[in-house]
Amino acid sequence: MTRKRRRLYLVVGAMALLGVAAALVLTAIRDTLVFFYSPMELAEKDIPPGKNFRLGGLVAEGSVEKLPDGLTTRFVITDLSAEVPVLYRDLLPDLFREGQGVVAEGALNPEGVFMARQVLAKHDENYMPPEVAEALKKSGQWQGAAETE
Amino acid sequence: MQRIDATGYMIAMQRFANPANFLKLATRLTPFAAAIAFILLAVGSYLALFVAPPDYQQGDTVRIMFVHVPAAWMTTFCFGVMAAASAVGLIWGHPVAYVAAKATAPVGAAFTVMALVTGALWGQPMWGTWWVWDARLTSVLIQLFIYLGYMALWNAIEDPVRGAKATAIFALVGAVNLPIIKFSVEWWNTLHQPASIARVEGPAIHSSILTPLLIMLAGFTVFYIWLLLVRMRQEILARRIRTLQLARTRKLQVGEAG
Repeated sequence: MTRKRRRLYLVVGAMALLGVAAALVLTAIRDTLVFFYSPMELAEKDIPPGKNFRLGGLVAEGSVEKLPDGLTTRFVITDLSAEVPVLYRDLLPDLFREGQGVVAEGALNPEGVFMARQVLAKHDENYMPPEVAEALKKSGQWQGAAETE
Repeated sequence: MQRIDATGYMIAMQRFANPANFLKLATRLTPFAAAIAFILLAVGSYLALFVAPPDYQQGDTVRIMFVHVPAAWMTTFCFGVMAAASAVGLIWGHPVAYVAAKATAPVGAAFTVMALVTGALWGQPMWGTWWVWDARLTSVLIQLFIYLGYMALWNAIEDPVRGAKATAIFALVGAVNLPIIKFSVEWWNTLHQPASIARVEGPAIHSSILTPLLIMLAGFTVFYIWLLLVRMRQEILARRIRTLQLARTRKLQVGEAG
């Protein structure tokens, strides 16, 4: 009985130690685990132009604009406290729209414009039929991404 | 009503931990588990494909969720079972616990592959990419390697008693990745969206989509239990055959010597 009790404590103790060790490691390498920076974090980080990174946030309302070449899209990524202008010269994913979450990969140019090489759409954790989304918007209880007409 | 005290509980546990008794119980339960799994998966698939509405944003693509989410759930659930069974084996020395852990591994690994593949198929149309190295996707891929490592370790150690202990420790260490998978979408920025079902505010899925999803989750879980019973019976019988063969060779050797 005591041997079993001792083995129980040993297993629980070892697991606790392992958990603490894992937590310490993950905290230490936090920066490499993050998939993207928000515009706010970008402002704090001061990343030099030409250095590759991912920028994530919402596509600002009313900011999407097709340039005359017909291929380049200009839009603004915002986290509602900071904004970064983005230029992207390729096809956008289906879910891309104003108010929608996106993650862009690329680098800043010297003027502070983010030159994206890839733009990925990010969707949230809400799932519902179209009628319910419509009803929520009508009643003013909508909390998801605002859609343009 | 019978009073279940500590001793009674210990006796019950020991009886269940006895491989012969477990065999009897498993043989009786197997057809029920198979029937329930089949019914749940059939009903769930029908609801998921024909009754559930399309998503307001993702349209019919959202139906991948009815396979992807249960597969991903089984990825963590199966390894959780393996870790718990391994701990029971290490602490109380029940042989059936080790058998349960060993029998679960390939099933869990298969579910992990399923989660990764369906996730890629879902990511391509919605996100615009098959794969990204974000914390959620990467931690699930690591879990697949942990499953494979666990199975490789069982194969590498000849002595089953030593193999059981070594793999049990491996499973406990590998379980550290489970909370990382679960909370990766909250701790770090990821492309993968946060949890929709198991979250503090309650599910973020409309009931018309949530109900088929929960039925599929139950179906996958019972399907695993069915496979587990079959695989554990097979493993126990295989061990028994090995013991009998060993006994026979020994008897033959004694016969020759005498």
